[in-house]
Amino acid sequence: MQDINIKITDRNGATHDVVAPTDMAMNLMEIVRSYELAEEGTIGICGGMAMCASCQCYVTSDHSLPEISDDEDAMLAEAFHVEDNSRLGCQIQMTPEINGLEVILAPES
Amino acid sequence: MITTDILIIGAGPTGLFTVFEAGLLKLKCHLIDALPQPGGQCSEIYPKKPIYDIPAYPEILAGDLTQKLIEQSKQFEPGFTLGERAETIEKQENETFIVTTNKGTKHQTKIVAIAGGLGSFEPRKPLIPNIADFEDKGVEYIIKEPELYRDKKVVISGGGDSALDWAIFLSNIASEVTLIHRRNEFRGALDSVEKVQELKNLGKIRLITPAEVRGVLGTDKVTGVAVEKIGEDSFIVDADHFIPLFGLSPKLGPIGNWGLSIEKNAIKVDTFDYQTNIPGVYAIGDVNTYPGKLKLILCGFHEATLMCQSAYKRIFPNKKYVMKYTTVGGVDGFDGTRKEAPKAVVKAIE
Repeated sequence: MQDINIKITDRNGATHDVVAPTDMAMNLMEIVRSYELAEEGTIGICGGMAMCASCQCYVTSDHSLPEISDDEDAMLAEAFHVEDNSRLGCQIQMTPEINGLEVILAPES
Repeated sequence: MITTDILIIGAGPTGLFTVFEAGLLKLKCHLIDALPQPGGQCSEIYPKKPIYDIPAYPEILAGDLTQKLIEQSKQFEPGFTLGERAETIEKQENETFIVTTNKGTKHQTKIVAIAGGLGSFEPRKPLIPNIADFEDKGVEYIIKEPELYRDKKVVISGGGDSALDWAIFLSNIASEVTLIHRRNEFRGALDSVEKVQELKNLGKIRLITPAEVRGVLGTDKVTGVAVEKIGEDSFIVDADHFIPLFGLSPKLGPIGNWGLSIEKNAIKVDTFDYQTNIPGVYAIGDVNTYPGKLKLILCGFHEATLMCQSAYKRIFPNKKYVMKYTTVGGVDGFDGTRKEAPKAVVKAIE
């Protein structure tokens, strides 16, 4: 399976180019945690069930991502700092189609 | 003053299982939790989600796991201080600790076991510039006393179960209930959504969607909120109380100021017995960190078991003990029950 490249801007504004595997069923929140780009305990609080919005990010590249599920949509409806390009990182799976994805982590709330 | 052998802070799976392991060593436990019910994240955030990595349970709902842990611990008669947050710890000259909650409840204990998960659940506060000025002056993030709202004008914001449930409940108490949500859709249980629809049709709940509260109005206390309906000019809704209900988020909170070594929002422990840098204070489950740490319920169970053995040795430094299997020794509950393997039947065959 191929690895993909993702560009992640952390909450301090620093941008990181990271390599993500596509064969480990990982999502973007887990990639952030595995590279320690956000402090433990401030991201992925619910474990990745779209139930806390601590992994909210803004998608800045022009990728077509899988559609927002009802769960994710409902969580974003209650989250803070939400923009039109907001997504929950835990709902973005690492697949070859999103190679080159660029995201900015939303502030902690 | 509540007295106990082991004071467990956090009534999640790890805290509940600690009661059982301590009970086998005849140590009595008392639990404090900021939530009004035991179970921690399992009952608060995802009671209906299945868990697949509890040994011997191919699949179990988080809520059911909590119920089974409560059932297993019951024979050791744990005490509970629920809906209160452990605030301060004081070490006494006789080597015990006094832990006081935010409501002033005092607990004297020989051992403290912090099983606080990701921390105590605190309400998420919306980003409204002047909201902090009105806290306890008409802005409440948690409804503690529904009678406070009798014959008052109440504005609730949020789109989940708690916003819906309280809008329904308060519609019988308050003089006016307005529910404001950023979307037209609500995430709550279908029953609740339908009930709100019915109350809206009866004129008992005013629904404003898609809209957001942008400001709180008043001088000494809340008199109204500024509401912005998407795509329209903002307007004012009169209110005596504004209750934003946007769920809870865990914060390490006051425990962070107890002088414990903290790393990455977790408490550093020695993996020998999960003791912290303060002798007699242990940290188990998701709240701790050590090289190789995994935040898994099954790891919390292991840590609780080892921690109890160490606590016993600390309380009874000269009293001998070796770990006994429950299959051999059975289980003697503090409630007088005894569980044991049936005796072998010896009978001759003629």
